[in-house]
Amino acid sequence: MKITIASGKGGTGKTTVSSNLTAYLAEHGKSVVLTDLDVEEPNSGLFIHGKIKYDQIANKMVPHWDSTDCTYCGDCANVCNFNAIVALSDEIIIHPELCHSCYACSELCPTNSLPMMPERIGEIKVFETENFDFVEGRLDIGQEMAVPLIGQNIDYVDENYDGYIKLLDAPPGTSCPVIEASRESDFVILITEPTPFGLNDLKLAVETMKVLDKKIGVIINRYGIGNNSIEEYCKDENIPIITKINNDKAVAQCYSRGELIYTQIEHFKNSIEEIAKFLEGIR
Amino acid sequence: MKEIVVISGKGGTGKTSISASFAYLEGSNAVVADCDVDAANMHILLDADFAKQEDFFSGELAIIDEEKCTNCGKCEEVCRFDAIELKNGQYVVDKISCEGCWYCSRVCPKDAITMVKQKAGDLFVSNIKNNSTMVHAKLGFAAENSGKLVAKVKQEAKIFALKNDKEFIITDGSPGIGCPVISSLSGANLVVLVTEATVSGLHDLKRVIKLLKTFSLKAVCIINKYDLNANMSKNIEEYLDTENIKVISKLHYNEIFTHALVEAKPIVEYSAECEISTLIQESWNEIKNIIKDKK
Repeated sequence: MKITIASGKGGTGKTTVSSNLTAYLAEHGKSVVLTDLDVEEPNSGLFIHGKIKYDQIANKMVPHWDSTDCTYCGDCANVCNFNAIVALSDEIIIHPELCHSCYACSELCPTNSLPMMPERIGEIKVFETENFDFVEGRLDIGQEMAVPLIGQNIDYVDENYDGYIKLLDAPPGTSCPVIEASRESDFVILITEPTPFGLNDLKLAVETMKVLDKKIGVIINRYGIGNNSIEEYCKDENIPIITKINNDKAVAQCYSRGELIYTQIEHFKNSIEEIAKFLEGIR
Repeated sequence: MKEIVVISGKGGTGKTSISASFAYLEGSNAVVADCDVDAANMHILLDADFAKQEDFFSGELAIIDEEKCTNCGKCEEVCRFDAIELKNGQYVVDKISCEGCWYCSRVCPKDAITMVKQKAGDLFVSNIKNNSTMVHAKLGFAAENSGKLVAKVKQEAKIFALKNDKEFIITDGSPGIGCPVISSLSGANLVVLVTEATVSGLHDLKRVIKLLKTFSLKAVCIINKYDLNANMSKNIEEYLDTENIKVISKLHYNEIFTHALVEAKPIVEYSAECEISTLIQESWNEIKNIIKDKK
């Protein structure tokens, strides 16, 4: 079972919930793996302290110019729809950061002068704790496209953790990285807070998940602050509220230190238990 | 005309509350650009009226003409995005997976595939509180190209600022370090980093500062919720010192941010006299001074 934890708005508690939930499930004997798909700013690893057991460089495929047989016909630049290739009369210039790895330039080149070669975009690391593994994707700084790395992360987890509960900690927002992090999941948990920002961004996230045809549930974090607009919205939309996590400065303080929270704060542990129970029910 | 871009690396540190406050303080002398296009919400605090709307087109989608298609499968063979599959004996394109690269369309022997421009979102120019103007956008659901929409928002804001002789553009960026953030940074005269005193706040700040260095951009920092973890705040300050980034303000952990938010007001409007509002006012003055000094 694959579950994505997403949010729309940033800073609502995705990482807090996914790291605590993973540790809780593992402690209760479940085979569970966590992967951090917020590859631009991965920080689940700040809360989970494991030993590194594997790492690999993540690449994307981009064309490399081989001048030997090139006739400078310019077809490559013409077929590239992402402006990643400039064909001059004596040189072909490639902008790898704009390349979407569609292979058109390479495969349509009449002289095979643009072989596709791997180029580093980031890395994937696997950490081992006492009772679960944690897989982290980390985009190199200056790289624009998170999607290929997110996809490779999910592939790695799929290949190596068959039969596990897979928790996917998604990036914030509603655009391509979130879609990549959610599209193959069985269920998407949306975490929000009871404020107008939380509601606005929850609605955007819900609409996105509808387009993807995903089953969803909502967690209200910092419950008690703000207003009850989220509950009303979920009721109108028939979206289950999985749990409400009480607003509590002590939770924020544990988080600030990079500590797991459910082992320290009772009401938070109860919420994690409710999430675990809810997930039992959707299987 | 000077552009100030507010970013954070980590989400939820208070970027939008703070940039909306700057906008409210500066009023009609500034144009606001909400560049967090995939979770835009600044319009809530500044009471935007969505006066002008424009469709934003970006990216293309392959459409297979079933009349012309002989189901030879060449398109599926070349597609690197698994966007084409055989369904009930007919090749069809999956809207969400298609990257709009044109490869299938170029190799189709029957010219059965056309590429259609996609509406990726809406662009708005709104009148907002304090006689000011905001350019903002809404990315289409499950649409791509948020980086390009960010560029469009910035471009519109710049045109408006130049035409109407505005002194500042205040840009609210998105979390992360990827394409929308890189796009929001272009042309910035000063970057304001908003972080919080947590392990993630520091971790994400470091990555965003590395990104700023690659563009040689000058930055200042506001530490929000500094008293949540005084040690962490100290670590952040020490780190910023080594990077030569000035801390222009430290705001304490206070739920008044949320109270103001529930009232749909920037904190400087909701509680003009409170300590946080005073600090934000001072920060804004300092930002303006720094920009003026910077030739």
